[in-house]
Amino acid sequence: MVLSGAEIVIRCLQEEKVEYVFGYPGGAVLFLYDALFQQDKVRHVLVRHEQAAVHAADGFARSTEKVGVAMVTSGPGATNAVTGIATAYCDSIPMVIISGQVPVAAIGQDAFQEVDTVGITRPCVKHNFLVKDPRDIAVTMKKAFHLARTGRPGPVLVDIPKDVSMQRCEFEYPKEISMRSYNPVVKGHSGQIKKAVQLLLEARRPMIYTGGGVVLSNAAEQLTKLTRLLGYPITNTLMGLGGYPFSDRQYLGMPGMHGTFEANMAMHYSDVLLAVGARFDDRVIGNPAHFAEEPRKIIHVDIDPSSISKRVRVDVPIVGDVKEVLDEMIRQIESGEARPNPEALAAWWKQVEEWRGRRCMVYKNSDEIIKPQFVVQKLWEVTGGDAIITSDVGQHQMWAAQYYGFDKPRRWLNSGGLGTMGVGMPYAMGAKLANPDMQVACVTGEASIQMNIQELSTCKQFRLPIKICNLNNRYLGMVRQWQELFHGGRYSESYMDSLPDFAKLAESYGHVGIRVDKPGDVEGALREAFTTHRNELVFLDFQVDQTENVYPMVQGGKGLTEMILSAEDL
Amino acid sequence: MRHVISLLIENESGALSRVSGLFSARGYNIESLTVAPTEDLSMSRMTIVTTGSDDIVEQITKQLNKLVEVVKVVDISEAAHIERELMLVKVRATGKDREEVKRTADIFRARIIDVTDTAYVVELTGNQGKLDAFIGAIDPALILETVRSGVCGIGRGDRVLKV
Repeated sequence: MVLSGAEIVIRCLQEEKVEYVFGYPGGAVLFLYDALFQQDKVRHVLVRHEQAAVHAADGFARSTEKVGVAMVTSGPGATNAVTGIATAYCDSIPMVIISGQVPVAAIGQDAFQEVDTVGITRPCVKHNFLVKDPRDIAVTMKKAFHLARTGRPGPVLVDIPKDVSMQRCEFEYPKEISMRSYNPVVKGHSGQIKKAVQLLLEARRPMIYTGGGVVLSNAAEQLTKLTRLLGYPITNTLMGLGGYPFSDRQYLGMPGMHGTFEANMAMHYSDVLLAVGARFDDRVIGNPAHFAEEPRKIIHVDIDPSSISKRVRVDVPIVGDVKEVLDEMIRQIESGEARPNPEALAAWWKQVEEWRGRRCMVYKNSDEIIKPQFVVQKLWEVTGGDAIITSDVGQHQMWAAQYYGFDKPRRWLNSGGLGTMGVGMPYAMGAKLANPDMQVACVTGEASIQMNIQELSTCKQFRLPIKICNLNNRYLGMVRQWQELFHGGRYSESYMDSLPDFAKLAESYGHVGIRVDKPGDVEGALREAFTTHRNELVFLDFQVDQTENVYPMVQGGKGLTEMILSAEDL
Repeated sequence: MRHVISLLIENESGALSRVSGLFSARGYNIESLTVAPTEDLSMSRMTIVTTGSDDIVEQITKQLNKLVEVVKVVDISEAAHIERELMLVKVRATGKDREEVKRTADIFRARIIDVTDTAYVVELTGNQGKLDAFIGAIDPALILETVRSGVCGIGRGDRVLKV
């Protein structure tokens, strides 16, 4: 069948069962948009800014296990997409981004809307391609999807010059693809797994620490089974929330900079630490030298060999897909005789419970002023703990992570690695399209939400009834917190004057806006949003305590055990 | 510690910048980098000389392996291996220096491959130390220009880097 390059691209998307493309048209992608127009299998969501297109596709991917797809034009379209691409790259999200490029003959001529997209995106993609011949499109698209979803997932960009999308050639979609230079390991080394299991069973102070890899590998079930089989305490990182049920007794909360006292202490004083799909990030273990002071054996399961022994020395490295490796661990434990030492484990739990007894997550509530933590707790109650929650970046992100108890994976979408403000609403858009029957809420702040506020328009056009919970403290809260604690209270440029009336702003886009000033009105407003206005976008503008800080806290560069538990510790 | 890393990479445009970009983005050193297609024209072979602690070199090889177009990576300096570098030196050769330069070239088994009334071009291959020694043996005032290829390396004996 002879098709134009543009038609081939769209046919490839159909072959990959892509339901939604998030994008924005422009000169270099006119043929692609023309081909999109002439079919109805792949639907297009027109955003208001390319950054949001990539974030929305990213949110779609995070909330499902599918590859997110975005389409942007050359030049500024591509550069606007870069933040979205880097965000997905840092959190290993499978995505394919199609960008238009100026015609092949114009490349390098400083043509109108020309940038070196492949060069600009190279450090923030898993891989990228410039397709110079329409006959290469099908195989390149096949490779792009294959690369995006296998191994350690990540965004893949395909740059297509305008003339290539116009020229015609024979189309056939390859059924399979193999690349001699790309063969990610899936199955873990059974000898290493055996060593790991033995170490785990002999542990006296064991701890399980898991990250986003468990979510990406769809291994929450295996993780839960293994953890219960062993009876060990467990912590999930910011990216791994929902990997193990929050409501379970063995769960100690999140570790790290704003993690719980018990999770950090148990990480630090464990004698055997099982790390699964996590990477000992600086926000998790703090100062690596301090972390290394306490002797412990570390087992590290990760699909990416370069994540292992990067920041801490690992005793038993296991390269492989998390799900496969956990399955094998369970199989080996179940078929063997050895079991954890009950006395040692009881003593360890006694210690862990003592740490938990500090009740580090308790905050002082108020009848006068809305506490941001209280809003998140009420959101959890009103949604039955079963909504998809997206967040932006800052204090509200930490409060959402700390106080919305995630029992299931793919319910918590946030920019953990890059820390991109402005992802919250686009993530909610992608998640709502992917999960139309689920409640989707975006916990945000008045600063972050303004970074992609234009998407209120997209939400109207595509009827996306997401609920935006704006924890409005009129400050760049996390910046203000650091300035208060570490910069002598000099609040340099962290106060925002001249904020819009968010409720009215939402109304002007055709949505529902509710301003909430009193703690007593929080629950009612939330209930109204999720019941009366179930099918509408509701912008809830909560006027919260301006000076509330996120605790507990491990200051940057400090060790995990050097925690500030509350303002009284200062 | 100095390491010599050899790798095979798909011979595609942009492949070199993926490797050099990785080194600059992650703050790794490149002392020299050479690259050319192999007998199989679909692949290029690269030799990278770098310095770093064992941990850093381990990360370098892992990160290189992670690049989608990289087919194979070996740290050939982990075992017996041979390194060679090519150098061309343009030397002022007049009066008594003419004979002196020729004699030094002979001692180093270098070849004079271009001759004019006033200058020689001397070609020399060897490991980096030999090339450095030759430069050291020539009066710096006589050296008009030098160009070095960077190191090429190969494992000794049966060790083979091939797909």
